[in-house]
Amino acid sequence: MAISKEAIYKTLSTVVDPEIPVITIEELGILKNVEIEGDKVIVFITPTYSGCPAMNMIELEMRTALLAEGIQKFEIKTVLFPPWTTDWISDSGLQKMKAFGIAPPEKTSRSKRVLFGETINVECPQCGSTNTEMVSRFGSTACKAMYRCLDCKEPFDYFKCL
Amino acid sequence: MVGRMSTSSENSKLNYILHLADNSLILGQRLGEWCGHGPVLEQDIALTNIALDLIGQARYFYQYAALTDNRGKSEDHYPYFRGEREFKNFLLLEQPNMDWAYTMARQFYYDSYCFVMYTEMLKSKDEQLVSIASKAIKEVSYHLKYSSEWVIRMGDGTEESHEKVQNAVNDLWEYCGEFFETTQYESEMIEQGIAVDASKLKEKWLRSVGEIFNEATLIMPEGKWFQTGGKEGVHTENLGYILTDLQYIQKTMPGLSW
Ligand SMILES: [Zn+2]
Repeated sequence: MAISKEAIYKTLSTVVDPEIPVITIEELGILKNVEIEGDKVIVFITPTYSGCPAMNMIELEMRTALLAEGIQKFEIKTVLFPPWTTDWISDSGLQKMKAFGIAPPEKTSRSKRVLFGETINVECPQCGSTNTEMVSRFGSTACKAMYRCLDCKEPFDYFKCL
Repeated sequence: MVGRMSTSSENSKLNYILHLADNSLILGQRLGEWCGHGPVLEQDIALTNIALDLIGQARYFYQYAALTDNRGKSEDHYPYFRGEREFKNFLLLEQPNMDWAYTMARQFYYDSYCFVMYTEMLKSKDEQLVSIASKAIKEVSYHLKYSSEWVIRMGDGTEESHEKVQNAVNDLWEYCGEFFETTQYESEMIEQGIAVDASKLKEKWLRSVGEIFNEATLIMPEGKWFQTGGKEGVHTENLGYILTDLQYIQKTMPGLSW
């Protein structure tokens, strides 16, 4: 095989999440690993939520990226264990998310309570105020909840902890 | 015995996986019926989000079923081409949505069950079941939080909401006994350390349901008679209608894809 697995990983790491197009699948922690077995490339990914419809789209874009590099023989394998957690989102991913207008998740290591949606002081991505309240546990996608800022009055998405 | 499992054991394993898959699929399909009909936009979105999680979980189980089944079927075979008697979901999950109180009561009973069941499944000897459970339990915890909140909000709400949710939990109670029954395919898998012995979860389930009912000022139903059969393919008339809807396209144009 002419292309190294590092090079393949680098190519794939540019694929972005269709729902938050400023963040790559590497930053989200979806892209796990690339292996080469003989003349075949095996890519390991892990889904965020079981029902996340973006996963199909992401797989399609990964295929396109691999084919564009001239890689024909490959397999994309889904790994469920250990289950994905928002703790795997990189710091650059969290920063981009905030700049995009989505309040990033708390680190679950800081408090287990956040896993059950008991978020404390979610910061408004528009004005930085922590005077905010939850409107709904579920938002436009499985990974988000709806919030509103009580200071600047703007509604915003909060990326839930998982 | 080392080596290949016996045929009967393979069938038991397949049946057990299908039981888990069918539960997620049928409730996911039912919740999907709320899409565009929710009382307010936020709750409409919430239910379709939960439905998506459930259908995603169902897919993991159907994919695993396809690997376990030596007939070389695809994951789509199981939801789209099996008959009613082959579905092994709990009767509770095929019950109609009725109103918000029924939908939340059904969700709450089942989420409470799933939480204790998946917690136990993390100890299974089967690696793939452990993987799926570890993923599902995170989602189920969140669903349970949501359905518990609604049971409390309605129970401890107005006179009318209290009455509606009390009636719903009373009516659906008779379908909950089935959670803790053991079928033949399960007992074989329990012996091998693969399946969860649900008969041992009853106390835990009763305790957690009781805590929420207490907070919701609801009275715990006391009925001792339970309607069963779903796990073995004997369903209420509701399942036929669900499958007619779910399977229509694939039965009319087999193999059609997007
Ligand atoms: Zn603000």
